[in-house]
Amino acid sequence: MTTQQHSENNWVDICALSDIPPNSGVCADLNGEQVAIFHLKSSSSNQVKAVSNFDPFSRANILSRGLVTETDNNHFVASPLLKQQFCLTTGQCEQDDSMSITTYQVRLTGELVQLREA
Amino acid sequence: MSKQKIVVVGNGMVGHHFIDQLATNHGDDFQIVTFSEESRLAYDRVMLTSYYTGNSADDLALATPDAYDAQGVEYHINEQVTSLDRTNKEVITASGKKVSYDKLVLATGSFPFVPPVPGKDQPHIHVYRTLEDLDQIAQSAKSSKVGVVIGGGLLGLEAANAIKQLGLQTHVVEFAPRLMAVQLDQDGGDLLQRKIEDLGVAVHCEKNTKEIVKGESCRYRMNFADGSHLETDTIIFSAGIRPQDTLARESDITLGERGGIAINDQCLTSDEDIYAIGECALWDNKIYGLVAPGYTMAKAAVSHLTDGDKVFSGSDMSTKLKLLGVEVASIGDAHGNTPNSQSYSFVDSASGLYKKIVISEDGKVLLGAVLVGDSSDYGQWLQLALNKIELTHPPEYLLLPEMDGEAGAVGGGVDALPPAAQICSCYDVTKQSICDAVADGATDIGAIKSCTSAGTGCGGCVPLVTQVMNSELTKLGVSVDNSICRHFSYSRSELFDIIRVKEIRNFDQLLAECGTGDGCELCKPAAASMFASLWNDHVLDKDLVGLQDTNDNFLGNMQKDGTYSIVPRVPGGEITPDHLILIGEIAKEYNLYTKITGGQRIDLFGAQLNELPAIWKKLVDAGLETGHAYGKSLRTVKSCVGSTWCRYGVQDSTTMAIDIEKRYRGVRSPHKVKMAVSGCARECAEAQSKDFGVIATDNGWNLYVGGNGGMRPRHAELFASDIDDKTLVRYIDIILMFYIRTADRLQRTSVWMENLEGGLDYLKEVVIQDKLNINDELLSQMEHLVDTYQCEWKTTINDPQKLKRFSHFINSDKLDDNVIFTDVRGQIAPSDKYDLATEI
Repeated sequence: MTTQQHSENNWVDICALSDIPPNSGVCADLNGEQVAIFHLKSSSSNQVKAVSNFDPFSRANILSRGLVTETDNNHFVASPLLKQQFCLTTGQCEQDDSMSITTYQVRLTGELVQLREA
Repeated sequence: MSKQKIVVVGNGMVGHHFIDQLATNHGDDFQIVTFSEESRLAYDRVMLTSYYTGNSADDLALATPDAYDAQGVEYHINEQVTSLDRTNKEVITASGKKVSYDKLVLATGSFPFVPPVPGKDQPHIHVYRTLEDLDQIAQSAKSSKVGVVIGGGLLGLEAANAIKQLGLQTHVVEFAPRLMAVQLDQDGGDLLQRKIEDLGVAVHCEKNTKEIVKGESCRYRMNFADGSHLETDTIIFSAGIRPQDTLARESDITLGERGGIAINDQCLTSDEDIYAIGECALWDNKIYGLVAPGYTMAKAAVSHLTDGDKVFSGSDMSTKLKLLGVEVASIGDAHGNTPNSQSYSFVDSASGLYKKIVISEDGKVLLGAVLVGDSSDYGQWLQLALNKIELTHPPEYLLLPEMDGEAGAVGGGVDALPPAAQICSCYDVTKQSICDAVADGATDIGAIKSCTSAGTGCGGCVPLVTQVMNSELTKLGVSVDNSICRHFSYSRSELFDIIRVKEIRNFDQLLAECGTGDGCELCKPAAASMFASLWNDHVLDKDLVGLQDTNDNFLGNMQKDGTYSIVPRVPGGEITPDHLILIGEIAKEYNLYTKITGGQRIDLFGAQLNELPAIWKKLVDAGLETGHAYGKSLRTVKSCVGSTWCRYGVQDSTTMAIDIEKRYRGVRSPHKVKMAVSGCARECAEAQSKDFGVIATDNGWNLYVGGNGGMRPRHAELFASDIDDKTLVRYIDIILMFYIRTADRLQRTSVWMENLEGGLDYLKEVVIQDKLNINDELLSQMEHLVDTYQCEWKTTINDPQKLKRFSHFINSDKLDDNVIFTDVRGQIAPSDKYDLATEI
């Protein structure tokens, strides 16, 4: 299955929001880069966040399969392997100041999830 | 300075305790040599009877060759010391060995007293002290129908329990007018007798055995002085103990008038290089036939050797025990021997309760007490008596605390206890030690147990230890906070009740009902587990999938490179050749690494996310189902081949294992649950290391609970004996559901049991007697889980919506190019780059 990618101001269509179960993630292929996209759903809003899918601790491409957590209104993904948490807005690792992961620009256009090419 | 050489004669519980204390704390200063005339090193004689109910000699061992080797202790078994040469400071053994000493410790214990009854030296007449004795008794039991225990004291009743468990018609013959004459008064003894007789053990008091002659209906006939007689096939003498003081006697060391090696407060004998400790020692003209005073003596001797100031100054002989299932306790001056003391008693013959208290002349201090039928007051009353705490209410309130809710408590609670109050008598743990442990960060009963040992002996003090701990926590300003995480100010069991009562089926509802924020790695998987335990919806349903932890999230165990392992269920470890071939073919086709698991099944490693559905389709189509190796749920029920194939098997363990595995498969619980069924006492399925272990007996099954292997091994505890199939399943149903309802998140049954106030006895009350009146509810919850079982993979491969997630990319069919394998012994393994992960 390959969703047709179309580009407009460097925004690339990835998938429908409904393809991402609420408060979980999927991995997108963005020109060969692996991007983890998360669907944050609360009673009042739907947001999407995107970070690198590569977990620098386990050195595996798995962050999209991590659990979404929240502290003081900040959202994180917990690595499914060694459980370090990364901020979904800044990419900063909570357990180790020296570690962070790349973040990506992502938006919702209607029901469509889009990533921005660098 | 060269090491002082210490020779310890006797390797019983007390001798071993001495060695252990000395070697552990002062090992560098002493060379230790010990001799045992028995064939094994020290074992737990207090638990002797459990030898018949599943504990092996190894289970009972207190000392092991390995541990002694590690401590540098030289040991000789089967080697009796036969004489002492005090002039040259040497001991001489039966085999002629001579070993010199700087200091000698006599820990020779005692021997059973056998009255000089004519006919006592015949086959099938035993004493009850060593494992060898027990082996011989078991041997006799095989050719016996009736057994008599002579002596109705503490050990005699233990022995009666043992031969009753061996299936003999059991009698107890006592010389005194009542059972446990030392500890109990007449009323208490009478009640105990009635209760024991209700259990099918015949009691004959005031009987003096005159002779043992050939019997008519049985092997022997015992003729009593009053002209009556009793026929029996085997006899056990348990008429008291005598100090084993022969060595000292023959070496002219001072003894008491009636035997026993006289010692001072430092446990030194009349020879200043020789100590005596335990049951062979006589202090202030008293022999102490319990293990706790022996341990205190051992500590005093160690202290004296190492210039410490601990002394032995007598010991409290209060005891609490369960004899043939009847709780009995005696505290302090139980007979009211103190001049002008007053006694009060309470008898409830209907429910079989007897309580007596002995109070000082001024009515202010508890001096002693007797409890039969219910010893729950023991801990608090013992503290009242030991610490001479002034009673805050009239004494009779102690007997009837319902008259005033607080009178039963220790004079205003545990805070009234002095710091030196001994809370755990088995391990001599003071209130101060418990307070210190709390100050050092031990905040639950499990932590207190592991750092102080309090409550790990007989367990009777656990309620009191818990009170001390909670009171300390409150004082330290630690509110006992068992909130599951920052999003919910409730414990797991409280949340479980909320979810159950309000019928909450998803996380949004739960947050709205009682939480804040959006949830985290603690509360989300816990909630997912509780929803599953109550409603059993598919874990990948839209509302639930975001809550699942790593493995549940994709119904597979994620390995270090992000690939998954696959484990089909193999109930009881029984598998057909066709299924074996199929699994092999799948492994070949998908290039998976295969390994046999510890739970008697096959693990397939290295499957990528997108391969999982196709692999599972093949497995499911062939009739295999998911093994839930990824779930906090039942893993496997390990089994042996049982009576079907094995020449020793007494029940069909394989069928039972398969039935049990199929019943509880898929049931989600606070942590993983492992079970096993063994077809005989040889225990090849290693059931005693499982959460639930079942071992076949001639009459049915023994059920063990709370065992664990892995990081913190723990033997499971015997929960019920000789139960039939139906009862077995009923008990497991209730215990498992009670565990699911009340445990903390990620708490295995072993830790849950340790933290359960009241422990095994309480669990029995809940399950067997339905004390909480919740069994019907627990059973119907389990029935619901059994009825709504589904193979999660079968459902998943038939649901396009769920299948969508099983692809590495949402917008491409490509695979993860970062998954790289190398070859190890002809199979795949993750490439070395992943080893970096462990270094970070």
